[in-house]
Amino acid sequence: MGELKLMKGNEALAEAAIRAGADGYFGYPITPQSEVIEYLMAEKPFDRTGMVVLQAESEVASINMLYGGGGSGKKVMTSSSSPGISLMQEGISYLAGGEVPCVIANVVRGGPGLGDIQPAQSDYFQSVKGGGHGDYRLPCLAPASVQEMSDFVPVAFDLAFKYRTPVLIIADGLIGQMMEKVELFDQMPRLTDQEVIEKYPWATTGKPKGKERRILTSLDLDPHKLEKHNQHLHAKYNEIKENEVRYELIDTDDADYLFVAYGSSARICQKSVKLAREKGIKVGLLRIISLWPFASDVIKEFTAKGIKGFLSVEMSMGQMVEDIQLAVQGKTKVDHFGRVGGVIHSPEEVVEALEQKIIGG
Amino acid sequence: MAELSVQDIIKPENLVYEKTKLMTDKTLSYCPGCGHGTAHRLTMEVIEELGKENDTIGIAPVGCSVLAYEFMNIDMQQAAHGRAPAHATAVKRLWPNKVVFTYQGDGDLAAIGTAETIHACNRGEQIVIIFINNGIYGMTGGQMAPTTLPEMKTSTSPFGRDVASMGYPLKITELISNLPGVQYVSRQAVHSPAAARKAKRAIKKAFQNQIDNKPGLSFIEIVSNCNSGWKMTPNDSNEWMEENMFPYYPLGDIKVDGKLIEK
Repeated sequence: MGELKLMKGNEALAEAAIRAGADGYFGYPITPQSEVIEYLMAEKPFDRTGMVVLQAESEVASINMLYGGGGSGKKVMTSSSSPGISLMQEGISYLAGGEVPCVIANVVRGGPGLGDIQPAQSDYFQSVKGGGHGDYRLPCLAPASVQEMSDFVPVAFDLAFKYRTPVLIIADGLIGQMMEKVELFDQMPRLTDQEVIEKYPWATTGKPKGKERRILTSLDLDPHKLEKHNQHLHAKYNEIKENEVRYELIDTDDADYLFVAYGSSARICQKSVKLAREKGIKVGLLRIISLWPFASDVIKEFTAKGIKGFLSVEMSMGQMVEDIQLAVQGKTKVDHFGRVGGVIHSPEEVVEALEQKIIGG
Repeated sequence: MAELSVQDIIKPENLVYEKTKLMTDKTLSYCPGCGHGTAHRLTMEVIEELGKENDTIGIAPVGCSVLAYEFMNIDMQQAAHGRAPAHATAVKRLWPNKVVFTYQGDGDLAAIGTAETIHACNRGEQIVIIFINNGIYGMTGGQMAPTTLPEMKTSTSPFGRDVASMGYPLKITELISNLPGVQYVSRQAVHSPAAARKAKRAIKKAFQNQIDNKPGLSFIEIVSNCNSGWKMTPNDSNEWMEENMFPYYPLGDIKVDGKLIEK
């Protein structure tokens, strides 16, 4: 068994970055995730593993530092919250275009604009539908516990390097701020410089003797070449869709209805499932773990098996619900329930919404 | 006396100049007469002479020199507009034994990338910045830059830069030279053989500082022409540059070994 600790989600994320063998963290403070960089600075990871931590002048700078670091084959990470992630969108588009691996954590707060500092899930569209310009996708993992804030960090790094893509960890202010017991995984070694050079021949680490130089760019002035590049990216995204859909089924075997939720909403829905079942309503929970690629096929299967309705429970005005509707294609009831602006729904409210919008609707 | 043929002349012992192998054979995308080609070549010559071709990572900007990676035969990344110093910061911190530089124009470095420039300088990142200042946005077709001179006509200041409404030309080089994180600052030109030789010495000193682990950033501004954007012949643009740009952006060392040069 790994080391057990009582930690905030943000601290677990930071500790996991060190233990996952990250080479660098570049970030800018913003509530509700400033504990990430505070923890890292206090922990002196350079002494522990040689990991570099730098407070950048802005989120714009930190995301472009990830391009520099990831582009030279190093495991790099940043974290921020909604307004900061908006600032990073230009950089994320360049990272996707240049196929540069890195991990970006978004501890989502209420929006739009400066919004507030309370938990929200209103950055779903931004995360899975683009955010930045151009045709690209981001693998996007949504932890629902402090444990997963830790566990998903090495998974995200693996995805980033396997597919040469930025990967998003999308939590919400609640997951970032709450304290839970977490079992930390053991320290993984950082790659040596020589290992990086051998493992990632595409990385700009200095032109190898007698070999071609490496160029990382997202520019291609020839439209036919750029079309090819987009087709190449698309093929990669299809491969990710094929292999990396992640979800969890809770009490779905006999279910007539399904809650679909992720992050904190999924935690709340677990209680809602219990409350509803006490009332004799057979409801289960499809917990979405990878917001993209989305578990569309799972939803299609449940639809084909005759599920009577899906309630998307999100701390937003209804974003993920659109992906459920796309999968269901009008074949059964789909609706949305959510509190927003930092207000968190109660389990009872969720059951009520199921009764009104799906069962009685 | 037998007539000399070309074959008699092109012998190794007669070789007086050779293109550095760190410049590719790709035809430069720059306008004939532009200083970028010379600035590229000097930078690459320096890296070759310092024996660092296998240990250098360059960061290209957005602007005319966005395609610098096509011409510089070393590992390179191409950054978003203005963000090259952020790239370079991370590369250098994660690969402290490598040589890292950015190559940026005035719009990239002194407008959209001002924050990245100033903060990389202020943190004393051990990188080299090569800054080409031609007082105009070349690639997008000759718009006003932060370094455009007062009364200078561009496509977005068609009646001349009115400093009262458009602001003053930004002397970002003087500005960053005051930061303690900066080791070496020099302003040079490449429009004549003499100027190019001086510029090369300055570029070499900048890279040598990094190789010697001297603390702080080394910054080379090259005041250059943009004959297309300025709508002049190459020769006229060089004369205009001497008469108008050099008085506002005087050439020479500004800071050496972390100390400002007394004028």
